[in-house]
Amino acid sequence: MFSDYLKDISWERTTEAIYSKTDADVRRALAAEHCTVDDFMALISPAAAPYLETMARLSRRYTEERFGRTISLFIPLYLTNSCTNSCVYCGFHISNPMKRTILTPEEIENEYRAIKRLGPFENLLLVTGENPALAGVDYIARALDLAKPYFSNLKIEIMPLKAEEYERLTHHGLNGVICFQETYNRARYNVYHPRGMKSRFEWRVDGFDRMGQAGVHSIGLGVLIGLEEWRTDVTMMARHLRYLQKHYWRTKYSVNFPRMRPAENEGFQPNVIMSDRELAQATFAMRIFDHDVDISYSTREPAAIRDHMATLGVTTMSAESKTDPGGYYSHPQALEQFHVSDERTAVEVERALKRLGREPVWKDWDASFDMMAPQHPAQP
Amino acid sequence: MEKLVIAGREFGSRLFLGTGKFSSHTLMQQAIEASRTEMVTVAMKRIELENSNDDMLQHILRPDITLLPNTSGVRNAEEAVFAAQMAREAFGTPWLKLEIHPDPRYLLPDSVETLKATERLVKMGFVVLPYCQADPTLCKRLEEAGAAAVMPLGAPIGSNKGLRTRDFLGIIIEQAGVPVVVDAGIGAPSHAAEAMEMGASACLVNTAIAVAGDPVAMAEAFASAVEAGRMAYEAGLGTVAEHFEADASSPLTAFLDEE
Repeated sequence: MFSDYLKDISWERTTEAIYSKTDADVRRALAAEHCTVDDFMALISPAAAPYLETMARLSRRYTEERFGRTISLFIPLYLTNSCTNSCVYCGFHISNPMKRTILTPEEIENEYRAIKRLGPFENLLLVTGENPALAGVDYIARALDLAKPYFSNLKIEIMPLKAEEYERLTHHGLNGVICFQETYNRARYNVYHPRGMKSRFEWRVDGFDRMGQAGVHSIGLGVLIGLEEWRTDVTMMARHLRYLQKHYWRTKYSVNFPRMRPAENEGFQPNVIMSDRELAQATFAMRIFDHDVDISYSTREPAAIRDHMATLGVTTMSAESKTDPGGYYSHPQALEQFHVSDERTAVEVERALKRLGREPVWKDWDASFDMMAPQHPAQP
Repeated sequence: MEKLVIAGREFGSRLFLGTGKFSSHTLMQQAIEASRTEMVTVAMKRIELENSNDDMLQHILRPDITLLPNTSGVRNAEEAVFAAQMAREAFGTPWLKLEIHPDPRYLLPDSVETLKATERLVKMGFVVLPYCQADPTLCKRLEEAGAAAVMPLGAPIGSNKGLRTRDFLGIIIEQAGVPVVVDAGIGAPSHAAEAMEMGASACLVNTAIAVAGDPVAMAEAFASAVEAGRMAYEAGLGTVAEHFEADASSPLTAFLDEE
């Protein structure tokens, strides 16, 4: 399990190592055929800042080699904002006195139909707060069943589950799971996640092993930029990625590192601000480190940044997202989890990508493969 | 230099030696000593299993050397399992270099049979080091089956051609969760150094030493090359500088300067 591996890795020493990277370390990393995590640390270090253009060129080259000139598009659907956690930065915080919604099966289908009217979306991400009693595995299984006639690729971003629960959901058409560790700083994790199931760092971080053991096809990692030193957090995520790739090598991986905006919600203000240049540096570094990993940008990022980065390393994007449950049809006025920066419609995003010489890909999976695919043996 | 660990056993040297093709047992013994190796593979077909005083074996056995019997000569998984059991009995060791090459010309490993045999032998308690194609997927499958290390080939066995499978070895090394021992095809110390610089855990050399003009001197040359390559890997190689001069203009990232 990754938590065992993490015990031997010091957050402070990792941070120090990143900040002591030199020009020579950066050059070595840029030239490496197979980057190590150490190389990645050089690429996101301040020492690499003068090489941003070189990194952009490499990142674009590797991206085009592996993905061509395509951007995969998906749309999230929030099923509920009901949540038993108290994450200090989140709009769905348990003590936030807001109206809680759990979409009914009828409402869920209405949302699916409404999404299909926005664009030919085939990649759907189902999102929930963490409420195992009211929106647990049965509820998710139902939502997946209902989604099948409308979408060919189904992912979830919900509370971490047991391996057998993930496996059960794969029989309901689940193709992928996204989970945000938010921060890998063990000592500070509970400052942000004081109560609820999410306060259990190990249970969350080992969730990725459980996904791997359950044979989930696609696993998405994520850190929330704004909590802790971003360089250290993305380095830890890079380590986690390598660890998972070694253990669950049949799985496809994606990474997310959205930036929390200042004044995004009334209460919590980010401790760390990542500039646009730094976001670009982290993105290029990730691509140079791993030519194949899917790098995903959400609508948290502004349109201009998303458009430029779509040609330089990003490979997956959401479009026209609503981050409130039922936001597409049933409850258009509910409270959002976070504010989206890119408010363009899916059609506008598609048009912009085409102008940039990028092919928007709506569908790159077929549900019939799910029936053909043999169950992979559980991996250690 | 970091110690190599395979199946819990530590090795001070990252050079493994094969024992075929030497012109005499005495010369082989001297080459083994000069190489400072701690792991020597021997074809069980060459040994008189009934005779505990086998002449060849007497020239190999030493307290600091792990004997790695190999199954060279078997053609499928079934024969390999049989041979492995004989080897365990005769040599008193569960360590095994699994070699299955049904083709007598190029001695290329049979991937399907090698995987099958690995699965079975691991269950029987063997420490299995399979000789295999430089196939990254196969190497992950062997690892899952419980192989203690993988031994992908650099080039056809005995060809001395060096790392013809370089790109695939790079992927294997990057992905592996067990030690990667480059086996077969290493014809010169520079080839071994190159493999070690890439991050291979060890090299297995036989023909290049056995048929050298002076096998003992060549064994020593390989010992130095493997050590140098490993040290270079651990030290972190420098790069060719000219690709990465700072750019005067920044057409791709200029948008980041806009307000």
